[in-house]
Amino acid sequence: MSTIQASPDYGMGMNPLLRHPGMVVHPPMLYLGFVGFIIPFAYAIATLIKGWNDDEWIRATRKWSLSAWLFLSIGLVLGSRWAYDVLGWGGYWGWDPVEVSALMPWLTGTAFLHSSLIQEKRGVFKHWNITLIILTFCLVIVGTFLTRSGMLSSVHAFSQSAIGPSFFVFTTFILIASLVLLGYRWSRLNTGFQIKSYFSRESFFLFNNLIFVAIFLICMVGVLFPIFSELVTGQQVTVGPPFYKKATGPLFAMLLLLMGAVPLSAWSASTGKSLGKNIWKPAIISLVFPVVTLALGTRDWGAVIALWVVFLSICVTLYDYGRSVKINSDTNQCSIWKSFWRMTSRNRRRYGAYIIHIGVALMGLGIIGIEFFQSQTQVTVKKNESIEISGYTLTYNDLKIDDTLEDRETARAEISITKGDREIGWLYPAREYYYMAQQSVTTPGLRSTLIDDLYIILVDWLPVSSEGATFKVYRNPLVIWLWIGTVVMVIGTMLALWPKHQRVKPEANL
Amino acid sequence: MSRYRNLIALLLGLSLLVFLTTAVIAQDERPVSDDEVNEIARELYCPICENVPLDVCPTQACEDWRELIREYISKGWSAEEIKDYFSAQYGWNVLSVPPRTGLNWIIYIIPPFIFVGGLVIIIVLIRKGKRNQQLLNANLGELDVPVTDVFLDRVDRDLKGEDQDG
Amino acid sequence: MVENENSAGANPGIGKVVAVFVILGIVVAGLLFMMGSWLKRSEVKMLSVGQSIPDFSMTSFSGESYRLSDLKSKIILVNIWSSWCTSCDEEALMLQEVWTEVEDSGYYLFLGLDYVDTEKPALAFIQEHGVTYPNGPDIGSNISKMFKIQGVPESFLIGKDGTLKAIQIGAFILSVDVREFLTLAKD
Repeated sequence: MSTIQASPDYGMGMNPLLRHPGMVVHPPMLYLGFVGFIIPFAYAIATLIKGWNDDEWIRATRKWSLSAWLFLSIGLVLGSRWAYDVLGWGGYWGWDPVEVSALMPWLTGTAFLHSSLIQEKRGVFKHWNITLIILTFCLVIVGTFLTRSGMLSSVHAFSQSAIGPSFFVFTTFILIASLVLLGYRWSRLNTGFQIKSYFSRESFFLFNNLIFVAIFLICMVGVLFPIFSELVTGQQVTVGPPFYKKATGPLFAMLLLLMGAVPLSAWSASTGKSLGKNIWKPAIISLVFPVVTLALGTRDWGAVIALWVVFLSICVTLYDYGRSVKINSDTNQCSIWKSFWRMTSRNRRRYGAYIIHIGVALMGLGIIGIEFFQSQTQVTVKKNESIEISGYTLTYNDLKIDDTLEDRETARAEISITKGDREIGWLYPAREYYYMAQQSVTTPGLRSTLIDDLYIILVDWLPVSSEGATFKVYRNPLVIWLWIGTVVMVIGTMLALWPKHQRVKPEANL
Repeated sequence: MSRYRNLIALLLGLSLLVFLTTAVIAQDERPVSDDEVNEIARELYCPICENVPLDVCPTQACEDWRELIREYISKGWSAEEIKDYFSAQYGWNVLSVPPRTGLNWIIYIIPPFIFVGGLVIIIVLIRKGKRNQQLLNANLGELDVPVTDVFLDRVDRDLKGEDQDG
Repeated sequence: MVENENSAGANPGIGKVVAVFVILGIVVAGLLFMMGSWLKRSEVKMLSVGQSIPDFSMTSFSGESYRLSDLKSKIILVNIWSSWCTSCDEEALMLQEVWTEVEDSGYYLFLGLDYVDTEKPALAFIQEHGVTYPNGPDIGSNISKMFKIQGVPESFLIGKDGTLKAIQIGAFILSVDVREFLTLAKD
């Protein structure tokens, strides 16, 4: 090594694409999530090594598992938000192999959160829960290896690092050691297993796990197939969004449906009849939404069904929550708010879970809006000409080039928006060219409302900018609910995690 | 008068000829909108950038490829033909899903297989659980009191302060 | 009597458990094998000098076909380039300059291989730089894959015996670099 003769005045600076506030938080959140799962994993391995047969490891690590899940969820959503804000393709999730690698432990982790609840309550599924948490942690390790080794063809591709071989050894060790331990202690785990009906809560949780694991396996196949194909046939292939959307879309819809039905089921006691009795009222109410959707002119049945399932979830959860609060307030002669407060704080896990599920349903609403109802157009317009999209009129007024800043040149367009006669506002899509990095960053002009997002990108412009500039415009209905739903989900999780003071009952045993 | 009639007929004939030829020429140079190009580009990936869809890729090379798509659209090629051309020229990895040949059928078969297989496993498990339940009832007698309203039962327990954790 | 999760008795159940674990073991082994092979493969990066080059053929933009096995009497310089590659600009001029020097002798043949490109910009590039040696598109990038290129431009010198004599990663800066490159085939 020798020193450089002349040190540069400025460093290259951080990659311009990463200069977004979300990028400060997104990696730490993801890693907290990934690494957080080591705690339940370690307890599970300890249980195997010691040959224990109890559920203590689940109780002890419950809050750690939920926290890890929370951080991983936040990390994934922040990544989506960054992509939406910065990458300029009006989307939030590209089914890029690295994204999918981060999603897989989340899928099995969520399945684990649910099925470990059954083990806590009923003492069953011991084998499955240990397997699931081991799988989750192994996916974290394998996912890291796939991402960092350069095996995946991805926009997130890190340049090939030297950790490849040593990480491979570590991965091998973890996978094989876990498998061996599991096999060795399998017969020690001893449980009875009773289910009353297909509609009991245990059954629903089994279906929940089935769907999460199915989605996970599909993602795994999607990520590994290009590698497999290249190794076996030498042919490079891409497995992209059409595969994932078609394969996992219906499964996610089924999950939303389950989310709606489960609050009304009970441990070991539900039958089809009792469930039906409880669910018919909110189900009828939820039908309002698909009817409205059809009335508004939608003919895509996938979208109508998806919307119905989302609202069914929300209606059922709110209905159940509301009923409990009302009965409590009637019985104890207190106000609705006091009853709400008391019920919620007495049963933080259950109502925290309700709020989480409502949050997830709202996220589903946002995703359905953008996936099924997005409209886009790209057009080159001269100054003072307009672009029409979904009832909005966007008029190109001006383009200003600004190179007063040292490190970059900014081209900023001024777009005025009207809807019918109403003036709505202005948007300023820009393109920044960073000299050092020789890289362009598009900053979209974004207008978000509860109903839709208007998203405009400055693609290009002629040397005489009034002669013409090219814009790409997206209208994303309902997408803001994706972010609102995340906040609701975080609130619900924090409620569920909130520590409780153990109340000492007056009649203490003395 | 007939002189004028002939002249008018000639003029009409000429304008018809001009109209027809421009119509034919316009067919070859039909202006293709960016949206039409993007509709096809969206289903392709940039041949050199890693995993970037062709409609959003900002590089000059991608510009060239989009122009190529524009050219073929104006020549009347269908979306399928354009995608086939791209995959022949640049490899299968520019398509967003593997073509349905050879080894690739694996990826189309596996997802339904996984779901059906899982469903079978779950149903078998539930049936086993129900059998265990029946055996338990047979051995211990019918202990469970038929619950008329599961919900009210749960609210009762909540109010009494039991069942703290849902 | 509470039953084992797996079945009525321990012994018949063991069979099923063993079967599941064998399958799991195979899956894990398969996964590890894939990751390991990929790691191994990625280490062997470039072609090595002295390696025999498999036969390939290329059709130029003007329709003529060139097959390696038919060109045994000449020393071949294969230059892989693209119209969108910024460093290929200067290099094309250098290559053309040397080509005009050596063309008549008949010892050498320069073959330009256009990598992942479109025809119009490619032909424009060729005309703009006054290139006269044959150039053709690398359909499906098969030849470039065979040469294991890391990027463009790269050049490969193939001797009369069909083995690789020299590799140039990146553009030739000066025409003297090209002439020096050609001498590496003499031995």
